[in-house]
Amino acid sequence: MAHIELKNITKKFGSHTALTGLNLEIADGEFFVLLGETGAGKTTTLRLIAGLEKPNEGQVFIDGVDVADWGAAERDVALVLQQYSLYPRYTVRQNLEFPLKPKIRRLPEAEIKDRVARAARTLRIEHLLDRKTDRLSGGEMQRVSIGRAIVRKPRVFLMDEPLSALDAKLREALRTELKNLQMQLGATFLFVTHDQIEAMSMGDKVGVLNHGRIVQTGTPHEIYNNPRDTYVASFVGSPPMNLIDGRLVNDRAVMAPVNFELPLGAKTFGGGRTSGATDGRPLVFGIRPEDVYLESGAPVEARVHDVENHGVEKILTLRVGDTMLRATVPARTDVAIEQPVRFAWNPDKVVMFDKGSGVSLRHAG
Amino acid sequence: MAAVRTSSEVAFNRIAIAAVLIATLIFLAPIYWIASTAFKPKELAVSVPPTVLFEPEVTPFVRLFTKRVQMQKTVDPQAYEAAPWWEKRIYDGGERVLKVGKDVQLSQYPDRFMNSLIVAVISTVLAVGMGTFTAYGFSRFKIAGEADLLFFILSTRMLPPVVVAIPMFLMYRAVGLNDSHIGLIILYVAFNLSFSVWLMKGFMDEIPKEYEEAALVDGYTRMQAFFKIVLPEAATGIAATAVFCFITAWNEYAFALIMTNRRAQTAPPFIPSQIGSGLPDWTTIAAGTFLFLLPVAIFTFLLRNHLLRGVTFGAIRK
Repeated sequence: MAHIELKNITKKFGSHTALTGLNLEIADGEFFVLLGETGAGKTTTLRLIAGLEKPNEGQVFIDGVDVADWGAAERDVALVLQQYSLYPRYTVRQNLEFPLKPKIRRLPEAEIKDRVARAARTLRIEHLLDRKTDRLSGGEMQRVSIGRAIVRKPRVFLMDEPLSALDAKLREALRTELKNLQMQLGATFLFVTHDQIEAMSMGDKVGVLNHGRIVQTGTPHEIYNNPRDTYVASFVGSPPMNLIDGRLVNDRAVMAPVNFELPLGAKTFGGGRTSGATDGRPLVFGIRPEDVYLESGAPVEARVHDVENHGVEKILTLRVGDTMLRATVPARTDVAIEQPVRFAWNPDKVVMFDKGSGVSLRHAG
Repeated sequence: MAAVRTSSEVAFNRIAIAAVLIATLIFLAPIYWIASTAFKPKELAVSVPPTVLFEPEVTPFVRLFTKRVQMQKTVDPQAYEAAPWWEKRIYDGGERVLKVGKDVQLSQYPDRFMNSLIVAVISTVLAVGMGTFTAYGFSRFKIAGEADLLFFILSTRMLPPVVVAIPMFLMYRAVGLNDSHIGLIILYVAFNLSFSVWLMKGFMDEIPKEYEEAALVDGYTRMQAFFKIVLPEAATGIAATAVFCFITAWNEYAFALIMTNRRAQTAPPFIPSQIGSGLPDWTTIAAGTFLFLLPVAIFTFLLRNHLLRGVTFGAIRK
């Protein structure tokens, strides 16, 4: 179990800068998810902590100790990768034993047996122990891979998209399993993913990474409801937050280019008046699709552009002039394409972003 | 799933098989010729047209392994009766086997054959071993001037080696490396190293580096990770490279001819030197050549699966 801190990390590969001034803190026993698109620098961050890469600038602390001079072997971390983390030619048992047999921390034979048996039981792979790894299914492989990490009781678990190569059903099952496992072990997890659903459902804390910078760190709830900027707003959530250009006129949102107005609630202004929320300033209004609703007497008229049926709910794409916005409505809502509807939004759930910088006014203050 | 074949596909297949068969026969013809000559009676070796059906005998091999002299007078009938079967064959040919006391004097062939084995095996082990380490270094680490270094290594192959034979000979004589096993081994390692580095680099690049990184994170040193994880994965590549290096070293003729004459002489220059003056004894030469073919044939046969993978590497996606 350990506390991890990255201070002002910069990492370059030749002329390409992977990480810029990255600061990150992971508390002991926390399930921290690093969320970002491909190439955002997630894997690099993980490799820096594992000791497989050295930063150009900045420091990595494990339990408050600067580990710059420690090799991967000494850091006592466990790594689970999307693929290739099992040794071919070895059986499952040999794979599980492998991390317990290096010279620097070789365990007695009985202890190895005991730990392998326990890990196998936890992950329900006991029946696979004598099988070669090339005879395993994808889900079994990832289980063994996680098993290889847990046998060692490392200080921190680093997981690089461990579920991405699996099919949807299995991914869902392993997601729950992994989260339970983390709580059961009480271990520190750093989990890297590009899948925002994984991030939201598993993380105690989520760090959103974009172009080598941490954009926002917070609980899934904070990230979802109070995104720091339009990038986070559009990246997190499925469907993503609606982002509509407009201006603030008399505390009402006036959209451009098609003029339609909607009211704003007191909570949108964060209690008092958020600095910068001045009349006429160009803004981007963000509203989650579930906070947009259809109502016969609602202030704005739109046409239904598209309907996606998701079983428990429908996702409608509404068109007002050239502006599109999504609304999540109950499945029983009966609408047809091109049908005129009237809609409103929850005035307390609107997030205002600066048009130029994309930063939320709440965070800018 | 059984594929449905059209008649044109069947016809094409038959033609292809026939072509392969013919090519195989053409390639095997010289080998058949050597093998059959090695078992022929002396007088049939040069018969025109060539004799195809004959009673095979092993006399050429007896001649190959023994020192003999031409007999001045006919053999004493008592000595002939007392002689073992193989010695009788020599008497029949008008020669007698040289002996010191009771011990049969062996020819130089076994020594030369051993020289070939020593030089080829040791140089192959060294070339493949060094090549594997070098290739791993090039494959896994950022090396300043990597492309130039690799090109330099390759460039040692761009000149026919014989071009440097004379300077090499003078240098070797100056430092006393001529006619020594170690001298030949150094030369063959130098030839094979570029080949070995390039071939092994291809194989190393194909091994995902995640395997070793997992081992590093698990608490192993890079060296341990290399031996435990990388080397077993590279086995196919190592086998293929070893076959090619062994064949090159085993068959090498020019340098062996120039650099050695007695102690360290290998079989390739020795066999033709036995042609001598007068009527060449083709059957004995064929016997020597036939035995010389065997190690490479066996080695290649044992590693044939790896070899196939080796010559097609890169062409198949994993």
